[in-house]
Amino acid sequence: MSVGLNYYLILAAVLFTIGLVGLLIRRNVLVMLMCVELMLNASNLTFVAFASKLKDVGGQADVFFVLVVAAAEVVVGLAIIVSIYRKRLGATADDLSSLKG
Amino acid sequence: MKLVFLIPAFPLLGALSLIFFGRKLKEPLAGYIATLAVGMSFVFSVVVWLAFLGYHSSVFVEHLFVWINTGSFKVDAGLRVDPLSLTMVLFVTGVSTLIHFYSVEYMHKDIDFPKFFLYLNLFVTSMIILVLGNNMLLTFVGWEGVGVCSYFLISFWHERPSAASAGKKAMIVNRIADVGFLLSMFLVIHYVHSLNYSAIFAAAPHLSKSVVAAIVMLAFVGAMGKSAQVPLYGWLADAMEGPTPVSALIHAATMVTAGVYLMVRLSPVLALSPDIAHVITIIGILTAFMAAMAATAQDDIKKVLAYSTVSQLGYMFVGVGTGAYAAAIFLMVTHAFYKALLFLSSGSVIHGMHDEQNLKKMGALRIVMPITAVAFFTGWMAIAGVPPFAGFWSKGDVLLGAFGESWLVWIIGLATAGVTSYYMGREYCLAFLGKARWMPATVKGKKKSAKAVSHSPHIDPHEPSYKMMIPVVTLAVLALLGGLLNLPFASSLKFLDNFLKPAIAASPSYLHSSALTQIVLGSLDAIFAIGGGLIAYFIWSKTFERPALEFTLFKNAWYIDKTGDVAIARSSTKLAEVTDGVIEPKVIDGAVVGVTKLVLAVGILIRKLASGFVRREALVIAGGLVILIIIGGLRGGL
Repeated sequence: MSVGLNYYLILAAVLFTIGLVGLLIRRNVLVMLMCVELMLNASNLTFVAFASKLKDVGGQADVFFVLVVAAAEVVVGLAIIVSIYRKRLGATADDLSSLKG
Repeated sequence: MKLVFLIPAFPLLGALSLIFFGRKLKEPLAGYIATLAVGMSFVFSVVVWLAFLGYHSSVFVEHLFVWINTGSFKVDAGLRVDPLSLTMVLFVTGVSTLIHFYSVEYMHKDIDFPKFFLYLNLFVTSMIILVLGNNMLLTFVGWEGVGVCSYFLISFWHERPSAASAGKKAMIVNRIADVGFLLSMFLVIHYVHSLNYSAIFAAAPHLSKSVVAAIVMLAFVGAMGKSAQVPLYGWLADAMEGPTPVSALIHAATMVTAGVYLMVRLSPVLALSPDIAHVITIIGILTAFMAAMAATAQDDIKKVLAYSTVSQLGYMFVGVGTGAYAAAIFLMVTHAFYKALLFLSSGSVIHGMHDEQNLKKMGALRIVMPITAVAFFTGWMAIAGVPPFAGFWSKGDVLLGAFGESWLVWIIGLATAGVTSYYMGREYCLAFLGKARWMPATVKGKKKSAKAVSHSPHIDPHEPSYKMMIPVVTLAVLALLGGLLNLPFASSLKFLDNFLKPAIAASPSYLHSSALTQIVLGSLDAIFAIGGGLIAYFIWSKTFERPALEFTLFKNAWYIDKTGDVAIARSSTKLAEVTDGVIEPKVIDGAVVGVTKLVLAVGILIRKLASGFVRREALVIAGGLVILIIIGGLRGGL
């Protein structure tokens, strides 16, 4: 027997919440980036779940777009993080307020 | 007849070639090219005229192209050949050619020599478009064209502040009057739906009286500015700041007569509105008289002629107002001859005197400039109306019209004729007779001549070269014989009257007065002309200082200009200062600066939100997401 849709959705919600909470409470930039990835994948999971349930391949196709965007985001994000670490070792997200208006 | 487009094309071509190659052509080639262009234009005017004499209809319209086409309103660009426009074109191009030729020598050694001829050619083009245009809009194009050329040429020596401001004054006064012309056109568009003269003439009898009156009156306002009628005449006296050939061509012979031309052109409409015709007569006779009185007290050789031009234009409007349209045109043509002659000979005098224009510093010039003196004398006789000179016949026709209209107008006109002869006599005596007042000790150079005088203690007035004499002598002959155009002795001798008849409204019956009346009136004209001249001779040939006879009122031209200066120019200057000092910085700048300040304030407020703390911003995003989900849920009826 197959696993019901609700389980997928609950798992995705849990993953998303973990990611969101992690993003909000952790100060380590690297970990925050990982949390963003977690949230993206939570949404991917819902896409795939609904695609399977509704027999619509469009949802699965969307996942590819999300993956591509996530990969690009990781590239840019990691590059920024690396350059920040080179300048100020051990900096947390709260120290990086140079974009303050 | 198909060649009519060549008449404006030649001067235009001349102007264009001077725009592109003027600097390279230098003098005198640029001047000769310009003269040739206008000369060709004259030749083709004659060709078209000869062709027209054998033409079966009294109007020929050469359609050029559709100019404006906006649904119900359509304007064609076309050239209207009829007796009126032909008469105008013939004398405009003819006199222009002579003055162009004269200018080649007169403008010798001017740094902007090619530019001068560029403007002159452009002016002739515009003037031809003005008279040949087959609709009011095309006429208006020419009207504005001559206006702008007049502006360029008045302030041709723009490094002189007086010349620059005289140009501006001419421009502004004419713009004010042009509003009248424009409004007149708007009325015509509204009621006739076409600006073509033929259509206007056909529709005019069916329009209501008040509409016709408004159209004609507004057009006359335009004409008042262009033709320097009271009270808009101050600019013409100031326009004498331009080079003398310009004064001769634009501010005497051609452009200033455009207003008279317009009113004669509209004569079929004007004839329907006798009230406005009376207004025109009154303004005309007032101008003629006031300007003639102003001319009696001027010291500047050109200012006398300027006021004299204004006065003569007044006569022309008397002709228009009394229905003597042919007489107005006759006076216009002969006036072009003798006034151009007077200006050109005064140009020779100014040239010979090293730019001295003050009559009080001349005298006895007949000895050193005999030909010019004779030419000027001819001009005096012609403008005074001494028979058999041209002015006698043309002014006689106008006064005949005035006589039929009202005794008062006629008497003022007659008195003005006497005054005309007097002030011209005064000018002639001061310049050419009496004792020389230009001996080295008394010479005081003025304007540009200051330098010339300082290194040459003696000025020696001399006849100009033959190049300047040819046009002057030609014009002198024309001023003498111009009357042949329209002799009153037999109806077959009234060439101009007969020629113009199809193009203008029928003249009132009183113009065909009995031979006896005409002889009596003519003799009176002659007596006044000769009398005025003799008085001037006895007073001014011996002495040059008679302050008692040079009233300050007349010297200042009745203070009309000064009044306008105080009432309008000063107050508008004040207004300009207020707008500059208060409205501009406070209101306009205030609004502009206010917007920037508002944006800045909002920016300062908003940027507080950008704290730079990534996590807080993430929280805001998350919070917003939650709110969106809740709203979406509520809407979805979850």
